[in-house]
Amino acid sequence: MRSNLIERYRAEDRINHWVIAITFILLALSGLALFHPAMFWLTNLFGGGQWTRILHPFVGVLMFVAFAWMALKFWQHNMLVDNDRRWLRQWRDVVSNREEQLPEVGRYNAGQKLLFWVMVACMAVLILSGIVIWQPYFAPAFPITLIRIASLLHALAAFVLILGIIVHIYAALWVKGSIGAMTRGTVTRAWARKHHPAWYREVAGDR
Amino acid sequence: MPLQSLDITRRSATTSPSPTVREQTKVAKLIDISKCIGCKACQSACMEWNDLRDTVGDTSGVYDNPRDLTDESWTVMRFFEVEPNGKLEWLIRKDGCMHCADPGCLKACPAPGAIVQYSNGIVDFHQENCIGCGYCVTGCPFDIPRISKQDNKAYKCTLCSDRVSVGLEPACVKTCPTGAIVFGSKEDMIVHADERIADLKERGYDNAGRYDPAGVGGTHVMYVLQHADRPELYNLPKDPQISPLVSLWKGVGKPIALLALAAAAIGSFFHYVKVGPNEVEDEDEERVRDAGRAKQSV
Repeated sequence: MRSNLIERYRAEDRINHWVIAITFILLALSGLALFHPAMFWLTNLFGGGQWTRILHPFVGVLMFVAFAWMALKFWQHNMLVDNDRRWLRQWRDVVSNREEQLPEVGRYNAGQKLLFWVMVACMAVLILSGIVIWQPYFAPAFPITLIRIASLLHALAAFVLILGIIVHIYAALWVKGSIGAMTRGTVTRAWARKHHPAWYREVAGDR
Repeated sequence: MPLQSLDITRRSATTSPSPTVREQTKVAKLIDISKCIGCKACQSACMEWNDLRDTVGDTSGVYDNPRDLTDESWTVMRFFEVEPNGKLEWLIRKDGCMHCADPGCLKACPAPGAIVQYSNGIVDFHQENCIGCGYCVTGCPFDIPRISKQDNKAYKCTLCSDRVSVGLEPACVKTCPTGAIVFGSKEDMIVHADERIADLKERGYDNAGRYDPAGVGGTHVMYVLQHADRPELYNLPKDPQISPLVSLWKGVGKPIALLALAAAAIGSFFHYVKVGPNEVEDEDEERVRDAGRAKQSV
C-alpha cells in the first residue's frame, strides 16, 4: 500500500458489500417489475414473469443474510452521538460542500449512520413481510388480512430502501475518492482528514 | 378465454386504454337461493364442461363436498344450518366468482393480460400470462381465486366465457333442475330478481332481497337471498369492497412511488450540476504531507 493511502475496508467487507449491492440491484429490478405495469418489461431480464416471481424471494434471502452479517459487524460504528445531531441540523452546509463548517466526523457521518439504521429497519420489514407473501411456500399459511398488510409494507419498505440507495450511490459519486474505499479498500490520507477527521486521527495517529 | 380481444375492456397491469368501439350487453347470472335444493348438478356440469376432475377428498361430516373451492373446483355448494328467526333454516349457496364490476383481482394483478374483463362484465383469467404471485388472492374481496399446486397458476370460475361468447348460457345454468340459476342480461336478471323477491315477501320473507353489492361496483353473479339484511348467514361479506390496503398498494401508491424514485435520481443529478463534486483540494493534500514530514523530522 502506498504511504498516502489508508485502509478503510478489508477484502471480506468489500466482497460482502458487493454481494449486497448485486443482490439489491436484482431485487430492485425484479421488485419494480411486479410493482408497476410500466416496469413489467424488466421481467425479461430474469427470463419472464414466472421466473421473476420464482427468483426474487430467493435472492432476497441472500441479500438479507449478507446484510445481516454487515449490520452485525458495523452497528457499533453507527451509533448516533451529539455531534451527529448538529451535523444533521446543518444539512444545508452538507449539501453545499461547506464541510469545514460541520462538526467533526468520525468513521461515519450522521447521514451515513441514519441511512444504516433506515436500511436495518427496511431489511427487517422486507424479510418478514416477504415471507408472508412468498408463493407458493408460505403465503397459503397466513390469513388474508396479514397478507394484505404484508404486501403493502413490503412495497413501502422497498420504496424507502431504493430511495435510500439512490442517495447512497449519489453520495459515493458526489464525494470524490469514496468509491475506492469499496473497490480497492483504501482512501487517501487527505480524503480521510477532510471527510472523517476524527477517524483519521484514530487510524493515523496524530497527523 | 376464447372471447375476442375486441371485447376486452380492462386488462390487468395495463395503463393504456383497451378497445372501446364495441360494447356488449352486460350479462349476469342470478342464483336464487330459495329455489336451490343442493343437488350439486351445477358442480358436476362445471367439471364436465370445463373438463376438470378434482382429486377425491375426504368428508368433514357436512354436505359441503369438496370442502372448499380449489384450482379444479370452480364452484362449490355451501350448506348453512341457521336459525335466523328462531326456526331452523337450511340455506344452500352456490359459491364461486362474483365477476365484480370493479374486480380486486384485476386491480392487484402485476402481469399484463393475466386477468381481463370483457365488456359483457365477465372477469376471466388468462393462465398463459399468469406468473403465480397470488396477488389476485390478496385483492379478491370474496376469497375466490385458487393457485394450482401443479403449475402455480390461478384459477376460478370463467362464467363459461367460452359458452357465453357463442350465445350459450353457462353450464351450471343449463343443468340446474329447479331453475335456481338463471342467466341473461343484467337488466333482465334484476327484473327477474325483483319478481322473485316480491314472491318471497308474500311468503313471509320480509327481508328478501338481491345481493349485488355496490362496494365492488355491483356483480355479474347476483343472489336472491331470503335474508338479504344478513348476508353473513350465507357467509357472504355484508359490504364487500376492495380492501383499502390493496387500494393503497396497487392504486395511488404505485404511481407516486415511481415518481418519487425518479425525482430522487434526477434531483441527485441536478444537485451535482449545481454544487459540483465534493473533492479533496490540493491544500488538503499539502496539509497531510506537511504533517507527515513534521512527524518524520521529530
